[in-house]
Amino acid sequence: MSSDVRFTDFKSDKQPTWCPGCGDFGTMNGMMKALAETGNDPDNTFVVAGIGCSGKIGTFMHSYAIHGVHGRALPVGTGVKLANPDLEVMVAGGDGDGYSIGAGHFIHAVRRNVDMSYVVMDNRIYGLTKGQASPTSREDFETSTTPEGPKQPPVNPLALALSAGATFIAQSFSTDARRHAEIVQKAIEHDGFGFVNVFSPCVTFNDVDTYDYFRDAIVDLADEDHDSNDYDAAKEKILDADKEYQGVIYQDEDSVPYSELHGIEGNMSEIPDGAPEDAMDLVREFY
Amino acid sequence: MMQDLNWAIGGEAGDGIDSTGKIFAQALSRAGRHVFTSKDFASRIRGGYTAYKIRSSTDQVESVVDRLDILVALTQRTIDENLDELHEDSVIIYDGERTEMEDVDIPGEMIGLSVPLRRLAEDAGGAIMQNTVALGAACEVAQFPIENLDSALDKKFGAKGEAIVENNKEAARLGEEYVQEEYDHDFAYDIETTDNDYVLLNGDEAIGMGALAAGCRFYSGYPITPATNVMEYLMGRIQHFGGTVVQAEDELSAINMALGAARAGARSMTATSGPGIDLMTETFGLVAQSETPLVIVDVMRSGPSTGMPTKQEQGDLNMTLYGGHGEIPRFVVAPTTVSECFQKTIEAFNFAEKYQTPVFLLADLAMAVTEQTFSPEEFDMDAVEVDRGKIVDENDIEAWTDEQGRFQPHFPTADGISPRAFPGTTGGAHMSTGLEHNSLGRRTEDTETRVEQVDKRNRKVETAEEKEDLSPREFGDSDSDTLVISWGSNEGPMREALGFLEDDDVSVRFLSVPYIFPRPDLTEDVEAADEVIVVECNETGQFANVIEHDTLTRVERINKYNGIRFKADELADEIKAKLGEEVTA
Repeated sequence: MSSDVRFTDFKSDKQPTWCPGCGDFGTMNGMMKALAETGNDPDNTFVVAGIGCSGKIGTFMHSYAIHGVHGRALPVGTGVKLANPDLEVMVAGGDGDGYSIGAGHFIHAVRRNVDMSYVVMDNRIYGLTKGQASPTSREDFETSTTPEGPKQPPVNPLALALSAGATFIAQSFSTDARRHAEIVQKAIEHDGFGFVNVFSPCVTFNDVDTYDYFRDAIVDLADEDHDSNDYDAAKEKILDADKEYQGVIYQDEDSVPYSELHGIEGNMSEIPDGAPEDAMDLVREFY
Repeated sequence: MMQDLNWAIGGEAGDGIDSTGKIFAQALSRAGRHVFTSKDFASRIRGGYTAYKIRSSTDQVESVVDRLDILVALTQRTIDENLDELHEDSVIIYDGERTEMEDVDIPGEMIGLSVPLRRLAEDAGGAIMQNTVALGAACEVAQFPIENLDSALDKKFGAKGEAIVENNKEAARLGEEYVQEEYDHDFAYDIETTDNDYVLLNGDEAIGMGALAAGCRFYSGYPITPATNVMEYLMGRIQHFGGTVVQAEDELSAINMALGAARAGARSMTATSGPGIDLMTETFGLVAQSETPLVIVDVMRSGPSTGMPTKQEQGDLNMTLYGGHGEIPRFVVAPTTVSECFQKTIEAFNFAEKYQTPVFLLADLAMAVTEQTFSPEEFDMDAVEVDRGKIVDENDIEAWTDEQGRFQPHFPTADGISPRAFPGTTGGAHMSTGLEHNSLGRRTEDTETRVEQVDKRNRKVETAEEKEDLSPREFGDSDSDTLVISWGSNEGPMREALGFLEDDDVSVRFLSVPYIFPRPDLTEDVEAADEVIVVECNETGQFANVIEHDTLTRVERINKYNGIRFKADELADEIKAKLGEEVTA
């Protein structure tokens, strides 16, 4: 790690293929800024993503990265982090990847509380498959697969996280660059699972949850008298369906990450050339 | 006086059948006798017939046979289920004071010993020890020195405190004395003890031990019969070596965590059984396409779907050989004995890292849950070799970068194996993906690159075929015109069957094949034989089909798929029948 790392060092020489104006540009820039700000460099950083527009992020960033299968990025990140705690692990996903196919893993990653960050690019639509309803789409949002709207309430990812025992819950808006990077940075610095839901508008298929909508709707918690250590206050904000909050909504300052609870330390890539010294004890057990 | 001993305890699941059986197996092993166990259990926690059987001899035993000498029957059903195996010298130990066993039906000439198991256990300190009373009684019947049982009780209950150990020893003693005093009978058994040292373990444990010996540091899995024991074994022990076991929320998560850990540089493994393998298949493709070293254990049970979870079958060969969409280079290694579960697990880790591929370790229920005695030398830790393959560090990474200084983790080398940089290596940052990619790991649909990368990955298989010794294990008469081929746990019963066949002057050459893919070319062996018989626990003859495909020769098949493993005597008879020999049984 070197202190002179700039966020552009995390950029690959591959130009992003996201649609012009896509919210994911800002989301990714904020992730890179936050990584650089927290003293990481590309060679100690591991970025995991699943499938979809969000899944492409590993290609556009420069770091160790894996582009996995749909919805399973969190388990991969868990494996990476537990095997080598020296790595800064950041998992990126979309609302489909994280709250639909990967919803089961989301709940369990939250309760496992591995020390990594999870950034979800939530555009409330399926973009890469050309505009179908996602789990966070509004109840009346008309799409090719929901001509009269999904007619079911959207998933509230923050509430899911809170109910699963999250130790860090935040929300940001990709185009509010400074705040977004600051919030992701706090997620990285958190001792445990740092979850950030990012409003990352789809300019091609979502004409409801647009930049203009979020600009008007967002309430920044920095402007409110919100104590992120207060569970009840966080619950109130999270269950408030009328507002879109930005900021760190909940943080458990006493969070103890999984590896500490399970006594995991050290880089597991280092193993002896042959069997470990006391391996014969393993055989003796069976006498 | 008979030296071989076939002993069993049977009752309802939840009666402590398994742990009682294990204690007696341990006692026999500690007395320097070979032991081979088999379990007959149902997929439920309580209730339902369950039995633990032990075959013991001073010679190595590899199989069960249709014979039962001493039976501890906690239920009438235990007797009924085993009628075929009981004979006129058989002794049945039961508790005639229990209402449900008052009118017990002891067939024919057999000797029924009513021992008040529960009452004597209460005398010793608690009814829970009734099975231990039965073990003491069995020691007397077999003329087996009870000190060996004491030693096994020490091991089993030592951690629970002196009082529990002593009570159990007392319970055993009361059982022994009751038979001595109440039955003035000269039983047919007087079994010998030796000074040999043996270890007693099952295939799941051997896989776990092999993983630890090979430097496995990360295991993630989801509980499933009959693979769970691998996880349970590692859970208590991997921490000592700086590793961890994660019980994942499902099999999808399990294999993805293992993949993540493997990419971080850890030797990583997951184990499951058929339904779990199905769930893992998508990520299996990613493992192969991203060229991640990973060991995936499939302890086969009866399928399809939920099938018969506690019953033997070798039905997943096709799944492991062909599973996954697209074309995927892989290794499929199927250990043939419990001790091979240890050795082949170590080899699986080396294959995975040397060739940067997923490796299926294909075990089966019969082997995984069978406790067997071995010389400790078969688990030789000094012989363990760790080959991590082409790892590059910050000093030699430059040799593998392109003109812009970018690391090429999928460089198309002549042997198909590319350089590998663990995350954290300076200058090695790169992207891995399941998409087709170029040498940098970046997505491409370029036609030439596609062909180049497909060929590169497949060259690994050719390299392995050249470099690795994939020979089968050979037994029997190498000049025989009859060739029998098997895979997996059939080796044991088949080796014993060779003895039965020899007694009847039937000569057979036997090849036991542990490598399913890449595999040895058996064309010459098949062509040299007049008769080729492939033995396997499935209906369609999955391995027989593979051999026919490879050798362009029709083969005979012996298939068993009723959920029970082959028995040596049964197998000998089936082979004789295939050869047109008269079967005397």
